Amino acid sequence: MRPFTQHTGLAAPLDLANVDTDMIIPKQFLKSIKRTGFGKNLFDELRYQDEGQPDQSCEGRPLRDEFVLNQARYAGASVLLARQNFGCGSSREHAPWALDDYGFRSIIAPSFADIFYNNCFKNGLLPIVLQAEDIDQLFAEVTAKEGAQVVVDLEKQTVTSPSGATFEFPVDNFRKHCLLNGLDDIGLTLQQDSAIRRYEEKRMNEAPWLFLSREK
Amino acid sequence: MSGKTLYDKLWDSHLVQQRDDGSALIYIDLQLLHEVTSPQAFEGLRLAGRKPWRVSSSLATPDHNVPTTKKERISGVDGIEDPVSKIQVTTLDDNCNEFGITEFDMKDIRQGIVHVVGPEQGATLPGMTVVCGDSHTSTHGAFGALAHGIGTSEVEHVLATQCLVQKKSRNMLVRVDGELSPWVSAKDVVLAIIGAIGTAGGTGYAIEFGGTGIQSLSMEGRMTVCNMAIEAGARVGLIAVDDTTINYVEGRPYAPKGDQWAMAVDAWKELVSDKDAQFDEVVIIKAEDIKPQVTWGTSPEMVIAIDENIPRSEDQTDPVKKEGYARAWKYMGLEGKVTLADITLDRVFIGSCTNSRIEDLRIAADVVKGRKVASTLKQAIVVPGSGLVKAQAEKEGLHLIFEAAGLEWREPGCSMCLAMNADKLGAGEHCASTSNRNFEGRQGFGGRTHLVSPAMAAAAAIAGHFVDVNEFVKH
Repeated sequence: MRPFTQHTGLAAPLDLANVDTDMIIPKQFLKSIKRTGFGKNLFDELRYQDEGQPDQSCEGRPLRDEFVLNQARYAGASVLLARQNFGCGSSREHAPWALDDYGFRSIIAPSFADIFYNNCFKNGLLPIVLQAEDIDQLFAEVTAKEGAQVVVDLEKQTVTSPSGATFEFPVDNFRKHCLLNGLDDIGLTLQQDSAIRRYEEKRMNEAPWLFLSREK
Repeated sequence: MSGKTLYDKLWDSHLVQQRDDGSALIYIDLQLLHEVTSPQAFEGLRLAGRKPWRVSSSLATPDHNVPTTKKERISGVDGIEDPVSKIQVTTLDDNCNEFGITEFDMKDIRQGIVHVVGPEQGATLPGMTVVCGDSHTSTHGAFGALAHGIGTSEVEHVLATQCLVQKKSRNMLVRVDGELSPWVSAKDVVLAIIGAIGTAGGTGYAIEFGGTGIQSLSMEGRMTVCNMAIEAGARVGLIAVDDTTINYVEGRPYAPKGDQWAMAVDAWKELVSDKDAQFDEVVIIKAEDIKPQVTWGTSPEMVIAIDENIPRSEDQTDPVKKEGYARAWKYMGLEGKVTLADITLDRVFIGSCTNSRIEDLRIAADVVKGRKVASTLKQAIVVPGSGLVKAQAEKEGLHLIFEAAGLEWREPGCSMCLAMNADKLGAGEHCASTSNRNFEGRQGFGGRTHLVSPAMAAAAAIAGHFVDVNEFVKH
């Protein structure tokens, strides 16, 4: 996994609460068996006027000009400012894959849905929870000045606004450690294989019915 | 020290390793797999040269992409007209063959929606941990199992290690006290709960549903309630084990037998929250207050009782709600409408992992029996949750009742719940749907979803608009 340490980038403000994962990447694009290539269909229904299809080129599709990512000033944005309960709904990891593929490295919101939040960490994408008033300030600063950049520092657990205001954010130590170092957590868990085997042996005695084979 | 909640007990019995930062390694007993969220996980295993830790812990079936018309289904995978869907279903078959995982493929009568198939086969058992790359995995919590949806990276993690890295959730109790009114179903209960606590109300919590209003439900009803815990933001929904649970599980193909059955039942009887258990949050709802529910907007929390007026943006004081309501009104085309009956329906969908079990179909058939679907409707479809549900319904003659009333009787799959197959809404079309999400575009680009119970969907199919099923059946 690509590590995340510090990132400075253009922030795009998506002023909409309860953005669900169907909005982030609509179902027709989930038919892919790959992890990449979802960026062009990120927010497909908010971004384009027509209905997108998998394997279709997006060049020339009619855009919804009012949508934030279609505005020239936010081209190349790598930090997404969002509102409460971002990423609710379906567990599809295609949502963080699409955000990552588009070029986002971090999403800042007052709250996230649990599964989406968790999925981000598996993909080198940093979801940041800040207080609602801090988010309001970031929205205001980013909207006021074109090209406004935000600095995200995972080591220090801080976000610095374009005007230099610094906000601290919480993150679990284990997740932080994995993201800072780009660690594959399957490899880490497999280092505990003897603990897993010990658990299994104990459990097979207590509850043998949990280990029945499921033959066809 | 206070007692343990059901969630605490399930957590403790699956704890492999506790870490200093509060995260833990949790053992997973059952992983259900389907075609949409597993291909990248299997590919990850191959790239790393890893093998599944314990193949017998997995069970797979294709559901999201499968067509539901007889014409397409007759030739199995080859009959899937959409080439992209076909690749995904074929990939699941290939991966299960390669790794030795039991799969009910498209031609197997046991194929169906994962969350219908697991319990039906007795693969889902009380006291288990159950995961699947699908947020509606909370369904299995109805059995007193710790069950939740995960992303594809975690699907791979469970395949490779049999464990998940988790942080314990907080405990919430939602108690439904009293007795439900006639024609008020589990779906109405859970929609009313979501209406009360909101779509983020359960974020960070495991919700245990309790009280007489929950205990009186059948297993089918309990699965409907737990299925939609995620729509209240909670990854985990739970219901304590009782005789209803044990009676449902007994005799199912993968359920323990003989001595192991007796041993299991003894253990399962402990799967209730202790009397002195402490919950971080308690919500109490009166069963008598719950009326048939209908969603009017684009989030499951935008829900009202059938006799209420559609709430307007201008009456809201919270600015986020105001804006959300305005956006939903526009998307749903509600201008000029006052009540739910003012909405003309285009389609009706009875199915999905929320409401496609035999009891759901019996109720819907009961409502449409001897009646005809409104002529203004473009389509009404009934999609059973599995091949076995379909067979049972046909044995009872339910398909004949549906067909006589003008509803189409389909083959099992997720179907119009999320429109990954050919069953979808056209732009601007209103649908009475027994599914779980009314998000923008969920059932098709520009489609307008109204979530309801099977009884309400059936009554709406006949009337062509929403009616109170309780009144409807009197005429």
